[in-house]
Amino acid sequence: MEVSLEIMEEILSMKGITKVYPNGVMANKNVDFSVRKGEIHAIMGENGAGKSTLMKILFGMEQPEEGEIIFKGEKINISSPSAAINYGIGMVHQHFMLVPSLTVAENLVIGIEPKKNNVFFDYDQAIKMTEEVSKKYNLSINPKAVVDTLAVGKKQKIEILKALVRGAEILILDEPTAVLTPQETKELFEELINLKNQGFTIIFISHKLKEVKQITDRLTILRNGRSMGVHETKDTSEQEISNLMVGRDVLLKVDKGEAKVGKPVLKTEKLTYYSDEDKPVVNKVDLEIKKGQILGIAGVEGNGQGELVDLLTGMKTPYSGSIWINEKDTTNHSVKAVRNLKVSHIPEDRMIYGVSGDGSIEENIISDRFDKKKYNTGVLMNVKKLTELAKSLIEDYNIRCASEKQQVRMLSGGNIQKVVVAREFSSEPELIIANQPTRGVDVGSTEFIRKQLVKLRDEGTAVLLVSADLNEVMELSDSLMVMYEGEIVAYFEDATEVTEMELGMYMLGLKRMSVEELGGVMSG
Amino acid sequence: MGRRVFFEAARTLVAIGAAFVLALIIIYSVSDDPGFALYHFVVAPLRTTRYIGNILEMAIPLIFTGLAMSMMFTAKQFNLGAEGGFFIGAVAATAVAISFDMPPVVLPFFAILAGGLAGGLGSTVPAVLKAKLNASELVSSLMLNFILFWFGIFLINNYFRDEMAGAMASHRLNPDARLIRILPGTRLHFGIIIAILFVVLVYLFLFRTRWGYALRMTGQNIKFAEYSGINTTAVIIYSQIIGGFLAGIGGAVELLGMYSRFTWFQSPGYGWDGVIVAIMARNNPLLIPVFAVFLGYLRIGADVMARFSDVPSEVVAIIQGIMIMLVTAERLLSGWRHRVVVKEQMKLEQLKNGGVNHG
Repeated sequence: MEVSLEIMEEILSMKGITKVYPNGVMANKNVDFSVRKGEIHAIMGENGAGKSTLMKILFGMEQPEEGEIIFKGEKINISSPSAAINYGIGMVHQHFMLVPSLTVAENLVIGIEPKKNNVFFDYDQAIKMTEEVSKKYNLSINPKAVVDTLAVGKKQKIEILKALVRGAEILILDEPTAVLTPQETKELFEELINLKNQGFTIIFISHKLKEVKQITDRLTILRNGRSMGVHETKDTSEQEISNLMVGRDVLLKVDKGEAKVGKPVLKTEKLTYYSDEDKPVVNKVDLEIKKGQILGIAGVEGNGQGELVDLLTGMKTPYSGSIWINEKDTTNHSVKAVRNLKVSHIPEDRMIYGVSGDGSIEENIISDRFDKKKYNTGVLMNVKKLTELAKSLIEDYNIRCASEKQQVRMLSGGNIQKVVVAREFSSEPELIIANQPTRGVDVGSTEFIRKQLVKLRDEGTAVLLVSADLNEVMELSDSLMVMYEGEIVAYFEDATEVTEMELGMYMLGLKRMSVEELGGVMSG
Repeated sequence: MGRRVFFEAARTLVAIGAAFVLALIIIYSVSDDPGFALYHFVVAPLRTTRYIGNILEMAIPLIFTGLAMSMMFTAKQFNLGAEGGFFIGAVAATAVAISFDMPPVVLPFFAILAGGLAGGLGSTVPAVLKAKLNASELVSSLMLNFILFWFGIFLINNYFRDEMAGAMASHRLNPDARLIRILPGTRLHFGIIIAILFVVLVYLFLFRTRWGYALRMTGQNIKFAEYSGINTTAVIIYSQIIGGFLAGIGGAVELLGMYSRFTWFQSPGYGWDGVIVAIMARNNPLLIPVFAVFLGYLRIGADVMARFSDVPSEVVAIIQGIMIMLVTAERLLSGWRHRVVVKEQMKLEQLKNGGVNHG
């Protein structure tokens, strides 16, 4: 650990924290961590490095096996989130914990409701409280708005206000920008700096180098459950941070040659799907992907990208409009029928769709081909062949595990994603539909998965890439689309000619191309 | 993997042990001569060939219903229709064994097959209702048990009843239909061989065929199965039909092995016992016979104890209940397990660090 000569008040420190999960994963190994009053301190690390675990311990959601927490010079025991809140530690989770049908003010005072005559809920008082804190901390929000109608950035603001109202002095933000547009991110950073200037301490969990460089004072890097030390942000380069995180040089750029585009593989016409609430979540989508091309779809999450993928892969039927794969009409065909046309699918949520956590790596890797003639002799499966397949894929895709019989649940997030990728990429696909292929995956695996995608594209596979990670879609895509409220609102034949800020405008619905513009480029 | 199996086994053993301790307490509190009672409960059943025969013959129907339940549970289908399937299977076997005249090996074969088909046909109802209308198989199979029971009684009463017999009973089964005894001095019959055969078949089906794989994946994570292109509707249907088929075979084998007439006017309850066996075996077909024999041993022990001592056999029913609750208690021993895991990881960590120089 570095010793700082500056005398600044260390408001909180964690010493020698060790945490072992019931599945045997040692998430934190003798980790030291401390923050000073009034700083923005980043916790960085790959997925599975132990960032979240360390913060869960600080917020009382997990109990460590060893180690102690010292707050304002006193050793404390944080047995639950409510204990943490009492000490003035607040947390904003990645997935918001709000009641969507209630208003902002109602959400803000849940659990600490102001009462009329000690009995009845005093809504006017709640509104007043909300107005006061929002003015005090310069986080503007309409107290009477129903949470459900608000944008993600606003919801996050409510979460921050919730923590502040409960007297938090230390705010933990778990990957706060993952769900935000560039504009919203900018706004959040201004607010955070404002809070910092008012003396609040902010712990900022992230693996986005740029953001950390931009906003934090110091950073702690975790790698494989261990602390890699505390560093002054301004004295540390992005390359150094990245080296400390993964222990080797990671290419931040994707090496990608010119696309050699062939005939169209996937075509859709007026693809439309209505949600249960009778809203068109996918609205008249026309798109085309050619052999050897990566088409990216950018968009704020929840604008129909997920549903679009479900329609293309046969997971959701029936829908209107039509889909052709290799000139075959596959409208409303089943998952199996679509897969038989050599379509691979990396699903958005790997634990729900991508794998069976209880199954072994082998069982998970064969799920798309266990019934093929090649792997069966008569009524019995050729277990030997299947095991060999699993073994060779584990090797090819560098899946770190004890053996092919290991339960997938026991693997780290990045390795679980590699199991999915190994299966989907090894079936000689002609079309890959990749939905958030590197979400929540460590830097090393991310790089690997991206390289594989580019390699397959070079070999002539058509790729549809849906990603909330702007850098990813911009780096990997040959052509780019933006989806907003179920519609395609922008199309760029050449993905390199658009800037991040411009994309943001389309993503937020501030701008949209005319039908002529869209039609013009698409037929060109 | 190894560790998981170890802790599951430990949990089962602790549950059984705890239940035995409780049994001890109960026996000591109700009996005037607890040592005597305990001897007849625990030791006596293992001391004579006759009792051992009793245990094994009791295990036969439990193996079939246990396999039936584990097949359906593996697919996460909570169909409790093994009771009805078992009963209607026995009725169908009775019908064949009374109505047809065929050579010895052939007749029981067809009678057992008829039993299986009847059981499978019965469970088609909850299976299809679940697959097509998303009706809870739990409710529909429970209701179906009543229907199958009364339908079976109706058939026996109206078509196969022997008016001459004093009590309500069917005509005598064709002696050629009956399963041969295989252990002299006991009633243990050929059904045990059929049961073991089915244990192997069910194991092979679940772990070595593509349908078994599809069934297991559907049970583990149905969304993953759907995403992979597995026809989960088919799995929901065939897992329950096979379950009913196994229960029906069990009913047929039990009838042909143990009885000369159909005399059940009350459902024998082996379907429910199958649930117990499947839960204790954690749906592993290879463990089904082990726990079927164990349950048989408990039952026979209870019988012997009730006959010779002053402890009623109902005590054993209580013990069984406690055992099931403990076995299914996921959190049992989780604290111990956590400490072991922590210790193991710490040791590994030290080993790793031992080889590395610290700067």
